[in-house]
Formats: sequence, C-alpha cells, structure tokens
Amino acid sequence: MGSGERIEFDNKVVNWIDERLPLFTLMQKEYGVFPTPRNFNYFWNFGAIAMFMLIAMIVTGIFLAMNYTPHVDMAFDSVERIDRDVNWGWMLRDIHMNGASFFFIAVYVHIFRGMYYGSYKKPRELLWILGVVIFLLMMATAFMGYVLPWGQMSYWGATVITNLFSAIPFVGDSIVTLLWGGFAIDNPTLNRFFALHYLMPFVILAVVFLHVWALHICGSNNPSGIEPKGKQDTLPFHPYYTMKDTFGLLVFLVVFCVFVFYAPDYLGHPDNYKEANSLVTPAHIVPEWYFLPFYAILRAITFDIGIPFTDITIISAKLGGVISMFGSIGLLLILPWLDTHPIRSCRYRPKYKFFLLVFLVVFCMLGYVGSQSADAMFFGLPMTLVGILCTTYYYGFFLVIIPWLNNTEKGRDLPKSIHDAVLQAEREKA
Amino acid sequence: MIRSLLLIAVLVLVPVTGFAGGGETVPPPHHHWHFSGVNGTYDKAALQRGYKVYREVCASCHSMKQLSFRNLTDLGYDDSQVKAIAGEYSVVDGPNEEGKMFERPARPSDAFPSPFENDKAAAYANGGALPPDLSLIIKARHHGPDYIHAILTGYKDAPHDAHLLEGQYWNKYMPGHVIAMAPPLSDGQVAYEDGSPDTLDQYASDVVEFLTWAGDPYMETRKRTGMKAIIFLLVFAGVMYGVKRKIWSDVH
Amino acid sequence: MIYKEKGTNSFSDYPSFNYEYCIKMTAGSKSQDGISLDHDDDGETRRDFLFLTAGSFGAVGAGIAVWPLVSSMNPAADTLALSTTEVDLSPIAKGQSITVMWQGKPVFVRHRTEKEVEEARAVNIADLSDKQDDVERVTKDKDEWLIVVGICTHLGCVPVGQKTSESKGDFGGWFCPCHGSHYDTSGRIRKGPAPKNLAVPPYEFLSDTLIKIG
Repeated sequence: MGSGERIEFDNKVVNWIDERLPLFTLMQKEYGVFPTPRNFNYFWNFGAIAMFMLIAMIVTGIFLAMNYTPHVDMAFDSVERIDRDVNWGWMLRDIHMNGASFFFIAVYVHIFRGMYYGSYKKPRELLWILGVVIFLLMMATAFMGYVLPWGQMSYWGATVITNLFSAIPFVGDSIVTLLWGGFAIDNPTLNRFFALHYLMPFVILAVVFLHVWALHICGSNNPSGIEPKGKQDTLPFHPYYTMKDTFGLLVFLVVFCVFVFYAPDYLGHPDNYKEANSLVTPAHIVPEWYFLPFYAILRAITFDIGIPFTDITIISAKLGGVISMFGSIGLLLILPWLDTHPIRSCRYRPKYKFFLLVFLVVFCMLGYVGSQSADAMFFGLPMTLVGILCTTYYYGFFLVIIPWLNNTEKGRDLPKSIHDAVLQAEREKA
Repeated sequence: MIRSLLLIAVLVLVPVTGFAGGGETVPPPHHHWHFSGVNGTYDKAALQRGYKVYREVCASCHSMKQLSFRNLTDLGYDDSQVKAIAGEYSVVDGPNEEGKMFERPARPSDAFPSPFENDKAAAYANGGALPPDLSLIIKARHHGPDYIHAILTGYKDAPHDAHLLEGQYWNKYMPGHVIAMAPPLSDGQVAYEDGSPDTLDQYASDVVEFLTWAGDPYMETRKRTGMKAIIFLLVFAGVMYGVKRKIWSDVH
Repeated sequence: MIYKEKGTNSFSDYPSFNYEYCIKMTAGSKSQDGISLDHDDDGETRRDFLFLTAGSFGAVGAGIAVWPLVSSMNPAADTLALSTTEVDLSPIAKGQSITVMWQGKPVFVRHRTEKEVEEARAVNIADLSDKQDDVERVTKDKDEWLIVVGICTHLGCVPVGQKTSESKGDFGGWFCPCHGSHYDTSGRIRKGPAPKNLAVPPYEFLSDTLIKIG
C-alpha cells in the first residue's frame, strides 16, 4: 500500500488529504475505475449483498448489545424487554435474527455462483479459501448468537453442538469442559459466547477485507470464465456495477423486509420462546435452517468404522459423524486442487454442470433430511438411509466425479473473448 | 436473475417443520383470526373480553411474567382505567426503612403478579405439572393461535383404550392426547358485559386474541412499518432500475 | 494457460488491466459526478433527474435507517413507566430528612423546623450567587416541606447532611464532601464551587401527606 501512482483530484481538500494518505486514490482505483468484466449477470450481486448484510448485522448487533444482559437469569427476559419496551427494539431484533438467515442466503448463492462459474480456479485459489474461512467464521458466529436469547433451542442446540467436540479421542471431554467453563452449558458459557459473538463479526470483517484485496489482485471471474483480453471486455466498476449492485440489493431487501415485518418468526423455532430449562429436552432439536445440510451429514454416520471381521473399532459413529461434517466443509477448501479442468464456466462444461445441479438438489435434500427427526420416513425410505445416500453423493461429487471429469470432459469450444461471448449470446437471443 | 431467485426460493422453502411433541399429533383446525394477514389488527373488544377470561380463569394457575399493567392501554383502556385495574391487585415491595418487605396496591408500572411464588411451588400445587407462563405461549407453539384454541375446546371423553391417571384428561389436540390441565372453560363460566355469547368457543377465541397480543404486542406497528418500508424499497428499486438501464444503455 | 504472470501484482497481460485506461475513460467525460459517459443531449435532463431522484432516495433511506438505532438508546417504555415516585410524608418527623429514589437519582425530602424556615427566609437574596427566594422553592402553605434533588450542581456528587450524625455545612443545610460546597436550609448554594442551587424536581401534593415526584 502507498506505492503506485496517485490520481490528481480537482477538489483541493480531497487532494490535500490524498497527497498525505492516498485514500481517495485507493477508492478511485479499487471501486471507481476498477476494470470489471462487462458480462456479469445478477449472480454477481451477491458479494455486495453479503457485504451489506454483514454491516447491517454489526450495526443492529451493537445496538442490541446495549440492551442485552448475558446472564442465565436475565438473558431471556432482557430479549423480551428489547421486543416490548426498548424503542424500535422489536425491529432491531427482527432485523438481526432474520438478517442472519439472509446473510447466509446471500453467501450460499455467492458460493454456488463460485462453483458454477469456476471462480475458485487458478489464480483465485486463495480468494476462494478466504471465502471458505469467512463461511466457517459465520457459522461459528451464528451458532453463538443463537445461544444468546437463552431459549430452549439455544440451550439444547449449544449442548448438542459443543458435545461434538467430545468425540475427539483422548482430549475430547477436557475440551468440552473448557468450552463450557463448567460441567454443563451455564452462565460462564453464555458469558463467553456473548463476548465471542461480539468479537467475531469484526474478525469476519478483517477476512472480508483480505478477500476483497485478493479479488482485486487478480480481478473478477465472469460468466464466460475467460479472462478479459482488452478494454472492450471490461467496464469501470463505477457507475456500471455500483448501480447494478444497488438495484439488486434493493430487490433482495424487499424480500428481506417481507420476512422481517410479516413473518419474523417463520425461520425460527417456537421452542426458542420457552426459557432454557436444563431438565427438559425439546422433543426434536433442530439447528437453524442454514446448518441443516451439515447437521444431516453429521447424523448420517450411524455406524462404527472398524477392521472388518473383528470387534476393533477405529472410528466410532460419533467421531465418524463429526469427521464427515467438518470434512464436508474441508472439501471446499481443497476444491481448487480437486478440479483442475482448464475450463472454468459451467457454460462450456455440460457434464460438470449436470453433476453440479444434482449436487445442488442433493444439498437441499440434505437440508430437508436435517430438519426431520431420525425415525422419519421419506416415500417409504428411512430418513437415515436418505441421509447416507445424499452424504455419499456429496463426497462422491468432490472426490470421484470432479477428478473423473478432469480427464474425461472435453467441454465446448471457448469463445475468443468476453466481447465475442456477449455478441454470440445476443445473436442467439435474436 | 430467475435462476438466482429460484435458488433463494429453494433455500428459504426447505421445510423447517419438524413437529415437537411425542405421540400422536392431530393438526389443529385452521381459523381466520382478526389479526391474520397483511392488514390484520387486534380486535380491542375481543382483547378486553380475552383479558377478562384470563383474569377470572387462567390467572389462578398461569403467570404472565412479561406483561405489566401499563401494557393494558393497548387493549383500549385509558390511564385511569389501567390504574384502577392495577389497584385491585397487591404486590410485594420493599424492603422498607425497617428492612421488611411489605404489600402495597399495584401500580401501572408493576408486572402482572404470578399466582405462585416460584415454578416449584406452581408445579407442586398442580400435581407435578407446571402450568406454563402464558406471555409467549402463542409464539412458543407451532400454529399457536389455532393450537391454543383447539386445546381449549378439544376436551373429549377418553376412548376406552386410553390410560389416564388421576389428574389427567383426554384432549384431542394435545400431542399424545393426555393433558394435566382440567377443562378450564365451559359455557356460561365468564359473564361478558358487551353482549357477546357466553360460550366456550367465544371464550377460547377471545383468550387466544388476548394471548396473541400478549406475545406480539407490537404486531400492528410492525405491519404498518413494514408496509412503508417495502413501498419505499420498491419505488427506490424502480428508480435504480431506471438508473441502471440508462447507464448500461450505451454498453449493449 | 489462461493467464500469464507479469509484473508485481497483476496476473493479466491485457491492456485494460492497467488503470490508466480506465482513469482516462472517466476523466474524459465532462460530468462532475463522474457518471455520465456519453453526450446524448436530449437524454441529459431526464438522466440528471433520475440520478438526483436515486441520490435522494439513498439519502432519505439512510436517514430513516439511522433513526431507530439512535432512538433505541433513549429510555425504554419500562424505564419511562418508573419515572414518577410517590412518597408518604406521614412518618417524617419535624427536623428529619429522608432520601427517596426518583429516576435513579436521590431526592432529599426534608421536614423543616420553623427555625430552619425562618433562617431560609431571612437571607438577603442579593447576596446569593443563584438568586432565588425560598418561597419559590417550596409549595405554598407547605413551607415546612423542602424537596430537592440530592445531587451537587458542581460535578454530581451526593451532598451529606441527611443524617443527624453528618455535617450539615456552615448554613445548616447540606455539605458536599467532594469539593466543599455548602447549601442552606433551602438547598441554595452559599459557599464553594457549585454554580447553582440544588434542583427542585417537579412534584405535587396528592394529599396532605402524599406527594408525587415527576
């Protein structure tokens, strides 16, 4: 930073500041004139939307924290007080709790867009990995945030998820005790979860900064998956994409507002309006919807893995579930090295596109499996079997299908440039 | 665009149902409530009747800790009426100069007094079954309004194969059908002053209206604010669409 | 190869990726907001109107969004509901004071003796730094009752003098131990750094022995 050419500004004050600290040059270079592929579709809005949601969550969160009490005897009532007595408190809370869901929606679309158009491929591997790190940090933050209202789902969700760590051999139980700060989820746990829930968004913000920085080193991918070859292929970020992003964001916010103002509890669970009770477990513990696919993978492993024909267990069902759940996210981290096919975009890879769309369906199916109780049936199939089948496809997609396609899929002919691709698309339309 | 919207739809609509409760569950019959829908509001007369039912019947076992007398202005009472209602109750305050707790008439700023000292006392007095706090009962149940109405009106004679213990009752809509609450309401039990029928169904409907308000007192403000916010965003989005089209017109 | 490494921070070898091109591109357009990139004359006014409208919507939207956040920091409904306090005066003997809480602040309720009232009335108003007659500081015909907010007007300490064992300062009222302000039997500042008399809260007599503060 600080190197490179400065831009001269007409405004004297701006120029004076910029000579000493080239903030305006930075903004102008990275968001003003930044050359951006001209052929983005609306999928490319979701990065900006996710950024907006992060800021909205931080801002509403700060004001909610001013009225929240992280103590087991008072947390539930303090949240109710926010709803009932604090000026606009109901709105801040409804925005914050639905905002978590909509932040995840934006990020899931953003991730899927990356997979569809091959945005993780060289030279954008680190950009992709930073994105996965953001996703992991979001999951941790959302999980701890859900504990704060201290309802039944908060308490029992926290119990179940922290108990995952007890599956780790030898040190598992000590780790769980350390996480709890006691012998069950209790006041120390709530206190530290509040502290961390307040901290993590700023860590996310820092990683988002790195993510954007990495993006601006290699430039954006685009729907054709081929790099811009000249000025005819790009547009300055402002005003073309600032305006397009704003429009997309507003449409997204309309949907968001429908939930916030007309169905604020639709995405939540009624059990969280009962105060936490360490003696009564809800009949059916489910995490928030955005965790359901991974929750289903966790529950899919219901068998011990050992040496065949002996009684020796190497990996217990519990540990197996935990490994497969974390592994499923770990696969995203190494995706750039699993998929080495030279063509990026699904547009020119019909086979990959087919398997990816099946993957999307399977992922949603996993979400459904995660929402159902373990003994439920699905068109005559036990839900556990559906869970195993879907988990198998999830892993198979990354570890078998993608490597297989690397060698076998020829793909369609790539257009010479983005410009050509746009013209070609327009010709086809006409 | 369409694809991304579809994706949002898929993600949002992945059903997050999963019914709580063990045993057989009968879905409660669906009612249309005064507060349902985009423009739904609370029926103040029903709220006042529902409050009367709560005071005279439910309040002997069920607390409503999240509510204060001052909230009753939402029901259409004015300040002096609320003060009068509060004055009928006494609350424990203190300690005074001598360090003793004392009783005094409730003020509008006081919370609704609970019928029992604590949850243990409440459970003990009710044969081990804790009567839940009703402040959030509607939000804490799937299909809350319909469910509570169904429970209140769903007491039936137990079928022959049902095993009921002392102090247990058979209710069609209770998950598992066994409920520890005796049938709380019956025709003619509460005397309405506004000419509404003194029937079980009317009592149940009114008390559901009241309990829905108790859990969601800011609903009307929420819907009104939402309408303004959404209209603003739609118009803004329309303008931005125009701006975007203009800017992009020389690219295509 | 899809890209070619070159230079320090650019993976691309195409000309558009150097910033100069884009900078020139925007600098070349005449519009001050840097938006307008072409010059179709008849569209100019309509375009400006559209941009102006969009800008105002953005500004108004941001303003509206900030309001609930700021407003949430104001006292909540339950806090406001506690903003009045009723005090029973009957147990307070002559010469005695009690302290009650009102809006989280101590309020001194003093049942003054005739002598104390006389002392307060005998003062030459012109000599006071905050000129106020004792009559203005009590309710008519209730001269023996002095009700003041027990917070020193200097820097917010609570003066002593409520208990018989405590110093009442040089003027028989209250004394602030933080920086040595002396208040008289009407709660007026007589000596020390405090600029104003102890504040009289809004209150009314509901009956002869019951007051409502706030």
